Amino acid sequence: MMNYDIVVIGGGPAGLAAAISAYDSGAKNILILEREDKLGGILNQCIHNGFGLTRFKESLSGPEYAYRFIEEVKNRDIDVFLNTTVISLSKDKKVTAINSENGVFTVKAKAIILAMGCRERSRGALNIAGSRPAGIYSAGTAQKYVNIKGYMPGKSVVILGSGDIGLIMARRMTLEGAKVHAVCEIMPYSSGLKRNIVQCLDDFGIPLYLNHTITKIEGKERVTAVEISEVDEKRKPIKGTEMRFECDTVLFSVGLIPENELTKNAGISLSNRTRGAIVSQNRETDVPGIFACGNVLHVHDLVDFVSEESELAGKSAADYVINGEKEHNSVNCINGKNISYVLPQKIDTDLEENVKVFFRVSGTFKNCTFKLSCGDKVIIERKKKIAVPGEMETLLITSDKLKEIDGDLTLSLEGA
Amino acid sequence: MYDLTIIGGGVIGGSILRNLSRYDLKICLLEKEDDVCMGQSKANSGIVHAGFDAAVGSLKAKFNVLGNEMMPDFAKELGVKYVNNGSLVVAFSFEEMKTLEELRERGIKNGVKGLEILDREELVNKEPNISDEAVGALFAPTGGIVCPYELTIAAIGNAMDNGAVLITNFDVCKIDGEFGNFTVYSQDGQKVETKAVINCAGLGGQKIAELVGDDYIKLGGRKGEYILLDRESGDFVSHTLFFTPTAKGKGILVSQTVDKNIILGPTAEEVSDGDTSTSADGLNSVIEKANKMCKNVPLYNTITSFAGVRAYSDRHDFIIEESKNKKGVIHCVGIESPGLTSAPAIAKYVTENLVDKLFDLREKKDFNPIRKPDYFFKNLSDDEKNEIIKTSPEYGHIICRCEQITEGEIIRAVKENPPAKNIDAVKRRTRAGMGRCQGGFCQPQVAEIIAETLGIPLTEVTKSGKGSNLVLERTK
Ligand SMILES: Cc1cc2nc3c(=O)[nH]c(=O)nc-3n(C[C@H](O)[C@H](O)[C@H](O)COP(=O)(O)OP(=O)(O)OC[C@H]3O[C@@H](n4cnc5c(N)ncnc54)[C@H](O)[C@@H]3O)c2cc1C
Ligand SMILES: Cc1cc2nc3c(=O)[nH]c(=O)nc-3n(C[C@H](O)[C@H](O)[C@H](O)COP(=O)(O)OP(=O)(O)OC[C@H]3O[C@@H](n4cnc5c(N)ncnc54)[C@H](O)[C@@H]3O)c2cc1C
Repeated sequence: MMNYDIVVIGGGPAGLAAAISAYDSGAKNILILEREDKLGGILNQCIHNGFGLTRFKESLSGPEYAYRFIEEVKNRDIDVFLNTTVISLSKDKKVTAINSENGVFTVKAKAIILAMGCRERSRGALNIAGSRPAGIYSAGTAQKYVNIKGYMPGKSVVILGSGDIGLIMARRMTLEGAKVHAVCEIMPYSSGLKRNIVQCLDDFGIPLYLNHTITKIEGKERVTAVEISEVDEKRKPIKGTEMRFECDTVLFSVGLIPENELTKNAGISLSNRTRGAIVSQNRETDVPGIFACGNVLHVHDLVDFVSEESELAGKSAADYVINGEKEHNSVNCINGKNISYVLPQKIDTDLEENVKVFFRVSGTFKNCTFKLSCGDKVIIERKKKIAVPGEMETLLITSDKLKEIDGDLTLSLEGA
Repeated sequence: MYDLTIIGGGVIGGSILRNLSRYDLKICLLEKEDDVCMGQSKANSGIVHAGFDAAVGSLKAKFNVLGNEMMPDFAKELGVKYVNNGSLVVAFSFEEMKTLEELRERGIKNGVKGLEILDREELVNKEPNISDEAVGALFAPTGGIVCPYELTIAAIGNAMDNGAVLITNFDVCKIDGEFGNFTVYSQDGQKVETKAVINCAGLGGQKIAELVGDDYIKLGGRKGEYILLDRESGDFVSHTLFFTPTAKGKGILVSQTVDKNIILGPTAEEVSDGDTSTSADGLNSVIEKANKMCKNVPLYNTITSFAGVRAYSDRHDFIIEESKNKKGVIHCVGIESPGLTSAPAIAKYVTENLVDKLFDLREKKDFNPIRKPDYFFKNLSDDEKNEIIKTSPEYGHIICRCEQITEGEIIRAVKENPPAKNIDAVKRRTRAGMGRCQGGFCQPQVAEIIAETLGIPLTEVTKSGKGSNLVLERTK
């Protein structure tokens, strides 16, 4: 059995930033396990610009952003196994992985950082009626075909779901000569970033149909057409509103789901809100010494936040290895009215540092107020002009505010 | 010149082919699609029925009970997953409890062993998630589950390993000649010469019968839609749960599959062709009935929905007989449920009672009944895995993350009998792409492995045969 101080599972932006930060915080014996043949995770297929605006104050492509971190890893004495898939994880921090060189092997770690990223929700999960021909892809699969493999999956496209990957693929496919007829979104708002709607749809004249969904897919061998319909407030299709588009391809961009099979494997508690682990502000799960960060924890829209969160997880893991297990004096942080999730779900109140709370709202709201309260006591109140589900929000609890907390916290959105 | 040619590569044609491959015969299987098992045999419930449902004295009853007994060994020889999970027919009223008594009587007459009526408490003990409205059940301990496509593919693969020939993309459109000298033609001009023909063409069975002048065979189609849930919810139920049949029909079933998914369905809707589209109404009715059967059905874990079309005969029983007009032609059609269960028994009967009249059957000395699957790779011990990886490093490379399927298994599926030539064919053999992401991550890689192994460009790789190409051209 191999032994490491810290094993990082996943070499995407989360795993990379966590490993670098753990190393710089004093842990020295670190291993990254990555399934693909290179580091960088999903960023490798995101060849468009817009990454790093917050962190580096410049607009990088996905691979460029990843490159900066990969170089930092190379500059440190961090071990990396590529083409290596972790197949199981135990509570006592034994990681079992498989590759062609070592076969099936087990690594014992003092601390573990989970950074496995997420997967896309598929068509199957939506129960969309119709046939099941070729030409139906998740937007990420299409992105891989176009950007990594260099092939066009289709020429005439309808996209369901206005997630960021779908929006970006609308532009990408158009630039590659395909005709994108429509993007339809079942909700009254897009789940993507505003800037992506402007730059990927509006600039190319691609219509976005809000409150619409695909009600039927036609075609025997390959997709030949789709039917879309308007939906009512209960998200049920309204008869008589059908529109039919002839096309050869349907892309689904209907949400990302954190990949937590290994997390469950280790008996770590998950949140049914984020579908990731329940963590404290140091990104430690309820199994001491196992940390999580990036999309495996909650789905981020900007990689800059992934890096920030992962540095925190890396530092905490190093702290665990060097100083041992920490006792938590924590309260729960719960999502209240109009908030779909809050992270971290547990906050220690005896800290000397600030805690940043990440959350998403559950609808589109104007001139509203975020309110963090502890029983009847309001700890923080902040006004917000506009809040949408597609953009992650943050709230900072300063260390002196932490001292006012004597029970569970609820975050809500008021005045909507 | 073949001795026998089977038309239709479903579980019936496949099981007969496999049984005939025991004998010194030249045999061939013709299938119109790019892969075998593209009809009813790939989209059904996968239940090994106990046999209490079929009318007393029917062929369905006879072959069901026999097939149920044969299935464990049949599946074991072929390396196919089979689980004896037991079935429960659930009653929701005291009238329905009376119907269960009738079912039990009928089952006993059909020769079904071990049938038992359970009260609510016993039922809840077996299935904690059963609806609060359920009052009791008929328990059939011999009920089981099997993977229908694995079974069909394995039967055909084993027959091929024993010398049988498979020709795919052969859509039979004309049959000429007499016993001892038939010619079978395909739509696109291929032909096969054979002494005798067995019609196992499922929904296409009526057309094949008409080709030899047998217009008394009348078949209809009835579509069934399903919803499949992720393995994460695999323990939701462990038995196969049926509604008590009423005048209005049989309702749907809720069951575990051998791969520990949960299957909900099928609906029943008359259709005029083999179209397997799903419909909003169909899927909604599955959801509604599943929610009647059980509490808190984990529908949020849905990974896919699909449909199959049952080919039934106007006799409402199986047709397994010689042609009335043409010697040397055998019809095995109208094989709706419990056809999967019955397959090994039908194969034995056809061989020993019908083919036997036409040919002198001599057993081959070197017949090997065993097929060794390797898509159980993930179930091997670490030492066993390492042994394999040492000599074939492709087995150390996982391609499908959800089901943990390796490159080695995919390459083998493309090469092994019957060879997988497209994405869906690989999926049915290995489970790559059958998990929760439904191929989102691995499809491009599986496509590349197929292209490489077959030596074709990526643009020629299809999802399920001709016309279903995955990518159209290179990017600019
Ligand atoms: C298909 C897709 C397309 C996207 N496109 C965009 C975009 O265009 N623009 C944008 O801003 N954001 C995009 N995102 C969001 C983007 O993923 C995040 O911003 C960021 O990449 C998340 O970083 P991560 O490290 O948490 O996850 P990932 O980048 O997904 O990295 C996780 C890594 O872990 C590895 N891994 C997982 N499980 C195992 C295991 N068991 N063993 C070994 N290794 C494992 C994976 O191979 C992967 O390399 C996209 C996400 C997806 C899923
Ligand atoms: C919804 C549903 C649920 C079911 N549930 C169960 C169950 O739980 N348990 C059970 O025991 N049974 C069940 N059944 C029944 C079982 O699936 C069938 O009895 C069995 O699969 C029939 O197999 P087959 O080989 O006759 O037909 P098929 O599998 O349909 O095979 C016929 C083959 O012939 C080919 N073919 C057709 N025409 C031509 C032609 N002209 N030239 C060449 N090839 C041709 C087709 O492409 C096809 O591959 C169910 C069936 C359905 C549809």
